[in-house]
Formats: sequence, C-alpha cells, structure tokens
Amino acid sequence: MNQPAESPVEYQDRDGAEMLRVSDLHAFYGESHILHGVDFNVKRGELVTLLGRNGAGRSTTLKAIMNMVGRRTGSIMINGNETLGMPAHRIPRLGIGYCPEERGIFASLDVEENLLLPPTVRSGGMSIDEIYEMFPNLYERRRSQGTRLSGGEQQMLAMARILRTGARMLLLDEITEGLAPVIVQKLGQVLIKLKERGMTIVLVEQNFRFAAPLADRHFVMDHGLIVEEISAAELPSKRDHLHSLLGV
Amino acid sequence: MTMIFGVPLAVFMGQLLLGLINGAFYALLSLGLAVIFGLLKIVNFAHGAMYMLGAFATLLGMRYLGINYWAALLLAPLFVGLFGMLIERFLLRRIAHLDHLYGLLLTFGIALILEGTLVNFFGVSGARYPTPEALQGGYQTGFMFLPKYRAFVLVAAIVVCLFTWYMIERTRLGAYLRAGTENPALMQAFGVNVPLLITLTYGFGVALAAFAGVLAAPLYPVSPTMGSNLLIVVFAVVVIGGMGSILGAVITGLTMGLIEGLTKVYYPEAANTVIFLVMILVLLIRPAGLFGKEA
Repeated sequence: MNQPAESPVEYQDRDGAEMLRVSDLHAFYGESHILHGVDFNVKRGELVTLLGRNGAGRSTTLKAIMNMVGRRTGSIMINGNETLGMPAHRIPRLGIGYCPEERGIFASLDVEENLLLPPTVRSGGMSIDEIYEMFPNLYERRRSQGTRLSGGEQQMLAMARILRTGARMLLLDEITEGLAPVIVQKLGQVLIKLKERGMTIVLVEQNFRFAAPLADRHFVMDHGLIVEEISAAELPSKRDHLHSLLGV
Repeated sequence: MTMIFGVPLAVFMGQLLLGLINGAFYALLSLGLAVIFGLLKIVNFAHGAMYMLGAFATLLGMRYLGINYWAALLLAPLFVGLFGMLIERFLLRRIAHLDHLYGLLLTFGIALILEGTLVNFFGVSGARYPTPEALQGGYQTGFMFLPKYRAFVLVAAIVVCLFTWYMIERTRLGAYLRAGTENPALMQAFGVNVPLLITLTYGFGVALAAFAGVLAAPLYPVSPTMGSNLLIVVFAVVVIGGMGSILGAVITGLTMGLIEGLTKVYYPEAANTVIFLVMILVLLIRPAGLFGKEA
C-alpha cells in the first residue's frame, strides 16, 4: 500500500516570477455557483490576504485551488503549471501546503503522527527539531491524541505539519479564528519567520488587525469575486473604504 | 477422569479448541470487513464469496496447476486480492459517491454471481482438500489430542491478525489509512493518492478473507456456499465488536468462537444461536458495539 512512484511533475522555478495566477475562476458545489470569475495573482515570497465577509467565497477560493470543490472552470496556474485538470493529490506536489479552516487534526493519530502525516512534497522542508523549536508546546504534548490539544495548540499543529513537507506556498484558512490574543500574536511571529524564509503565503483572514501589518497586498472578495486590490502602501489612505467593504 | 462442571476435561478442551479455531476464522473475516468498512464505508457482502474464492483457488490450483498448500497460502490471497482490486476500481468506485447502501447491494450481487457461477460448475456438495503432509497427525498433550493442522490454523490466523493490527496502528502507511478514514479530502490535499489507497485497502481486506479460505480448505468441504453460511455469523460478530475497530474485530472474533464452543459443551442446542443472542444483548446495551465509538 505504498504511495505510487509519482512521475515527476513538470516544474519550473523562476525567481521573482508568479507563484500563483488565478484567472476567471468559477466554482460550483453541486447546483450552487459559488465563485463567479475570481482573478488574482501572488508573486513568489509575497504574503497576500483574501478579505471579505462570511460567504464571500474566500475559503472556497482556497479549496478550489486544492481541487476540493465540485466543478471548476477558468485557470489556476501554480508556478507556471496549469492545475485545473490535475487530480487533487497531485496539486500539493507542486509545493503547496493547505491548512483548512476546521484545522483537520486527526483524532485517530497522536500529535507526532499528525505532524509526520503529510508526505514530503519537496526537499528543503523544516526538520522535526526545527518545528519543535518553533512550537515547543507540540513537543511536550507529542504523545497526546491530536484532538485533545487546546484550540491554539491544534492550530499550531495544523500549521506545523505543512512546514515539514517542503511546501513553498501556504494556503492558510482563518488560522486565528477563535484563538486567544496571545496565541494570535504567536501566529503572527510565525508568519513573519516563514516570510523571511521565502515562503509565499495566501491568508484568508477575518481578523484584519492581525493581517494588516503582515501582508504585502490585500484582495477583498464579495459575492464570489475580487472587488478590490489594496497594496500595503495604499492601506493607510484606504482604511475607511476597506472597513466599509468589510462591514466592520 | 478429570471433570469440569460434569464434562470430561478432554471433551471440554476439545470443544474449546474447536471454538477457538472457529473464532480464528471469525477474527480474520471480521478484521477484513472492519478494514474495508473503515475506509470505504461499505459493508462488504462479497466477503464470504472472497473467502470461498480463496478456498477454491487453493483447491483448483492444486488440481490443475499443481500448486501446493504452502504456495497457495501466498498465491490465493494475492490472486483474490487482485480480483478484489478490479472490483473496487471498476465497480465500487463508480458508485462511491452514492449512498453506501448501493455498495452493499452491489457487493451482495457480486457474491450471488460468484456463488451461482461456481455452483453451476462444481455443484454444492463440496470437495475435500488434503491436509498438507507436514501438518498431518497431532500432539498428545496428556489431557487431549491436538491435531497439528488445527494448531497451525490458530497460530497462522493470530499472526496475520497481529500483523494487520501492527501495520494499521503502528506504521506510517497505517497512519495514512486511519487518517484517510477520518478525512479523505484533506489527505488528498496533503498529496496522498486516496483513490489508490482505497483500491489497495479493498484488495488487502478481501485478501484476508481469501487467506482464511486457504486455511479452511483442509478443514471444511470446499463448496461454493461455504462463504455465505459463515458470513451471517461473521456479521453478527462485527455487530458485537463494533464496526471499524481493528483490535475489536480480532478479540470479538476469538471470544465469540470460544463462547460458541462452550455452549456446545453445556447446551449444544443453543450453539448455533448463542452468538445472535449475544448480538441482541449488545445491541440493547451498547448499540455501537463493544469496541465501537458512539457516534
């Protein structure tokens, strides 16, 4: 029952180039049409956010990139490779790590098994020692059942396990949701460290105060579309406008 | 003569051993069912037919290809496992998105077709398969006669059960399997080829049934209906143990065999129904099964 020897995916590494380009992406869950032509791009090493109200289509956009929704049309280029026709299990092997909103910690596995679960997709991932250094709590609780951890620890675990795989781009869905401020702060530090390591990050976030100082660009979504792009430099002048878009 | 509650020790131990051997078959079969149910969420009604195919592959392999028992112990499960993978890939996968009841119906249909086809060629009376030479005879243990082959069946079944448990609970591959059982979509998003994992799991589950079939060939008449007769009891065992628990399936299988054996000693009339009585009791008191998790 081994993993099949995957034929190496055609892969191009071009520094400074686009890591992700989503064009005219439509996505459907059964009969319901969720995304209505999403367009955005992410450069290598950039941290961008997808902001918006609940139901705007931010989580669906991440899921659509991972081929976890029903039907999709349009184009999703990852590192210059079109992925729309790719089976779901091939997409992470382009160097993508996905952290779902519900965190997806496995109850039947202990913490260390959870951590070691995702297969290595590329070389150059963090070692288990580096990860335990970054998240000391996980080391202390490595023999506990995954779902026995606190919400914050589960979130750390969900992040930590995709850092081991060698993924170069992380899709993070609502990682601060429902967590105590001190843990949110810790997650912010982790994201800064990851950015320093050259990771590309797409952050779906409700907590704008958390996202604002970290991101290079913000994309605002509404009704399954990107309605506004705001760079970090433009942010101070557009803050009021953004708040009205987000309804906060 | 030593008596235990009014029964001679030799008779008591003999029935206990018989019960344990039956229990070993229950354990192997319910283990395969549990493995398959875990990942595919399908109640594999073709399981009895796969057990029967294992026995038939052993019998026909010897008759027409000169394959001896020891080779059959490896080749028959391999053959049936491959056959199972074809079933999964080309039939079960097509209906995987539908209600799991359809999978149950499909596997039931497959079982009927396999049985019917073999009845057509071989009749229902069954054929005998010789006990392998090295395992003929037995040991005189002082209080009872222990046939070598039965001792072998018991040991082989327990070894395979423990091996399976170890694979699933203690290895990385097993972690994939357990995680895939919980959240297949996320496993795909980590880069695990879940459809392939499902095919291999089904193949492995039915290979366990076929292994039991090989073990059974020298003990019971090899007949097309041997599987369906056994499967009813095995389903009762699975209900008692709780669906999806690996260790639960093994322990329950062996225990139910023993209970059946003991009933044969003290109240033979109830021997065939005692497992179903236990099943009813368990369903009343702990509907998820002794080792099952409450939903």
